[in-house]
Amino acid sequence: MFEQFKTRATGVGAEVHRVGTCSDAVDFILGFMKKEGVSEVPGSYAVWADGPFLRGVARELLKQVPGLSTEVTRERAAQAKIGISEMSFAVADTGSLVQDQTAIDQRLASSLTGIHLAIVPSANIVSDKTALFSRISPKTSRYIAFITGPSRTADIERVLTIGVHGPERLIILFVDELGGAA
Amino acid sequence: MKKEFKASINRALNDANLTGALGKFSEAYRVNRAKAYEGIDFEALRGRIAEAKSSAACHLDEVAEVFKQNAEALGAKVYRTSDPEQVKEYILQVARDNGVKSVVKSKSMASEEIHLNKALLQAGISVAETDLGEWIIQLAGQTPSHMVMPAIHLTKEEVAEIFSKEVEERLDSDIPRLVKVARNELRPKFLAADMGISGANIAVAETGSIVLVTNEGNARLTTTLPRIHVALVGVEKLVEKFETVIPVLDALPRSATAQLLTSYVSIITGPSPNDDGSLKDLHIILMDNRRTEMARDPKFKQALQCIRCGSCLNVCPIFRLVGGHVFGKIYTGGIGTILTAWFDELQKSEEIQGLCIQCGNCTEVCPGKLDIPEMILEIRRRLVLEKGQPLAQKAIFSVVNNRKLFHGMLRAASVAGKPFTSGKFIRHLPLFLSDLTDGRSLPAIAEKPFRDLFPEIRQPKGGEKAVFYAGCLIDFAYPETGIALVKLLNKAGIEVIFPQEQTCCGAPALYNGAYEVAAHNAVDNIKALLEVEAKYVVSACPTCTVALAHDFAKTLQDQGRSEWLDKAKELAEKTVDLSTLVKRLVEEGRLSFAEGEDLGKITYHDSCHLKRTLKVSQEPRELLQKAGYELAEMYECDMCCGMGGSYSMKLPEISAPILKRKLHNIKETGAPLVAMDCPGCVMQIRGGFDQDGEAVRVRHTAELLAERLK
Ligand code: SF4
Ligand code: SF4
Repeated sequence: MFEQFKTRATGVGAEVHRVGTCSDAVDFILGFMKKEGVSEVPGSYAVWADGPFLRGVARELLKQVPGLSTEVTRERAAQAKIGISEMSFAVADTGSLVQDQTAIDQRLASSLTGIHLAIVPSANIVSDKTALFSRISPKTSRYIAFITGPSRTADIERVLTIGVHGPERLIILFVDELGGAA
Repeated sequence: MKKEFKASINRALNDANLTGALGKFSEAYRVNRAKAYEGIDFEALRGRIAEAKSSAACHLDEVAEVFKQNAEALGAKVYRTSDPEQVKEYILQVARDNGVKSVVKSKSMASEEIHLNKALLQAGISVAETDLGEWIIQLAGQTPSHMVMPAIHLTKEEVAEIFSKEVEERLDSDIPRLVKVARNELRPKFLAADMGISGANIAVAETGSIVLVTNEGNARLTTTLPRIHVALVGVEKLVEKFETVIPVLDALPRSATAQLLTSYVSIITGPSPNDDGSLKDLHIILMDNRRTEMARDPKFKQALQCIRCGSCLNVCPIFRLVGGHVFGKIYTGGIGTILTAWFDELQKSEEIQGLCIQCGNCTEVCPGKLDIPEMILEIRRRLVLEKGQPLAQKAIFSVVNNRKLFHGMLRAASVAGKPFTSGKFIRHLPLFLSDLTDGRSLPAIAEKPFRDLFPEIRQPKGGEKAVFYAGCLIDFAYPETGIALVKLLNKAGIEVIFPQEQTCCGAPALYNGAYEVAAHNAVDNIKALLEVEAKYVVSACPTCTVALAHDFAKTLQDQGRSEWLDKAKELAEKTVDLSTLVKRLVEEGRLSFAEGEDLGKITYHDSCHLKRTLKVSQEPRELLQKAGYELAEMYECDMCCGMGGSYSMKLPEISAPILKRKLHNIKETGAPLVAMDCPGCVMQIRGGFDQDGEAVRVRHTAELLAERLK
């Protein structure tokens, strides 16, 4: 299903990566922030929304990154180049990511920023919406968010253009070691 | 038709940007939509949607109540009203109570329906539409021209112009740059807004959820950043079960924009936290505005199955020529005509209902299974009931209502029309018929109608019998098609009976809302056609076939003449179109074609009623190939030719470019010959080539097949 997901997601402009271990993932993320020039300058911040993966990352490591905060406020997110969040599920047939985003930091990090970097447990790829809704339900989640590729529009002359109100890039990072527990 | 309306049509037709953009879009859409639906059983999918939405529409009141209870239990405030004024009052009250100064909106058609922006602005509240297309037209002071692509009528240069004024800086027309400008301009408005107003694509009663489907991400910001969220939801968005979300999400993006899924889908179930730790002040307004009334009307209940995907506009031959503005300020296209007739008023639809040519393209793609042409006919009928038939039409139908008089006048026309005959065409038929048949180049009324030629034909006797229903066009303009039909059936050992009492099938009356005339025609024909024992009633005109096989019973039922229903059903069961019957005879080995000759290329035009109502499209193709022709398919082979009965006379400015396109597509195949199964299409397309001067021959399938009998 990973391959199908990857085809679909890249088809709509997402960038899909996969690593084995959590420490590989941390390396990837730190490297990515560095490459994108995250710094303590408005517009170049990074925000990282709470999640089980983040809780496992050593704080000292994160403190070394200037401009990164795990305290996701609207001011901070609005000036962030990169927003990092953990998405619980990947839906193979449409290339979508899905998460309970009731906690507002999840939404701020994935909607106000220029780039959204999403961390997904590799074992949580489901085939389609029917399979998905057996795992996540509006009965227990107040704000279920589907994200499929970057923000897009075709409102001017029907020309597909990326990055209107939401992120203009979506980077998806599958981590095998995170297993399948959502 | 009023002058202003004609003027707005002409403006649209002459707007090269608009027709160019829409034309290109509709062509690309067809291909992309098909791709998006690959591997999906569309019929099953839309069956699920239609069933679930229809079920909700049956119990709208209960479903709305369940939604209200469930959403309120979670902490949302739900307000139900049927009155648009109360919707505005409610929102203004919430705004006043909370000191709201600025509002951001993500797309909500319901808010446009009630002119909410105007009310907010009057109350001193600033409003920003945040959907890019909606923002563009807000800045331009215009109204949307398409349900899904509101600014499709504007070029990038025009958008640059509009944005330049807003940001007081000269911008060039680079699209990504313009999109950035919108992002940068609207971002502070999102961050500062006190209230976010959204619509909803689905409202789920059992969970109290609303579902928002967008691409730009504006709905996520609208429902996240301001501390108050008002969702304005038309009650037709209600579904009972959460499981219905799946088929709607499967169909909506595929049908709307040919995407597998939009960039964002948000399922909001009760208030979530704001960033200051408080809980969102979530108001959900369930707006009725005559929807419940619509749900109770057996003819219009199906309209509540609409999921507002806009695909009916994308495949409509009329919409792609005139765009949305001709239809009015809010809802556009065929579905828009219906919604305007209800949400605004019936009278407002008086002119726009006439834009539908009844081709049925929309019924093939609608994920809600709406029969838009049927509902438009019903609007037409109700308008006639309310206002009476226009005088000229009344005069015509009083003639059509009386077979002897009608046929007498047609005969007179064959004589009176003579001086104007040029080749096979005359420019003007006598006035009393012009409303029925005027168009481009029209066929001469035949010197001898089929009904006079028929008794001279010598036929095999004693075998199987088929009753031939000719219809006016074959009878009086194209008797040669009738002769060909007789020849074909005779060859298979079938004797053809032609009851002289048969008359107009009633389609012209029906399509103009004159149901009592149509019912009268139906009864006359039922009597005539069932008088003789015969295995089949065969017709070589798809519009007539549809009348016999479908419309008679419906019209009679509608007119309360149920004593005729059994007979109408009997007739319907016997009725068959020529190609279907001939194919059957060929398969049974009773008919065959001369072999061994290569007849060269032919292209085939699908007539609307044959393809989409009778579902016949392969039969004539197979037969023509068996007869020795090499089939070269044309582009958009099943697109309407622009005839549409009296349409070509009422709206010649629309009919003409549709015909032109058809002629072009035929010529592109390089075939010197085009076949079709409908005498109406023959009239339109042959008339077109006559004027165009191109030497493409236009023939009815029956004639081509009869020439090739072994
Ligand atoms: S009528 Fe059908 S095709 Fe048209 S917008 Fe509604 S659901 Fe879509
Ligand atoms: S029937 Fe044809 S003309 Fe009428 S609304 Fe549908 S697509 Fe348009």
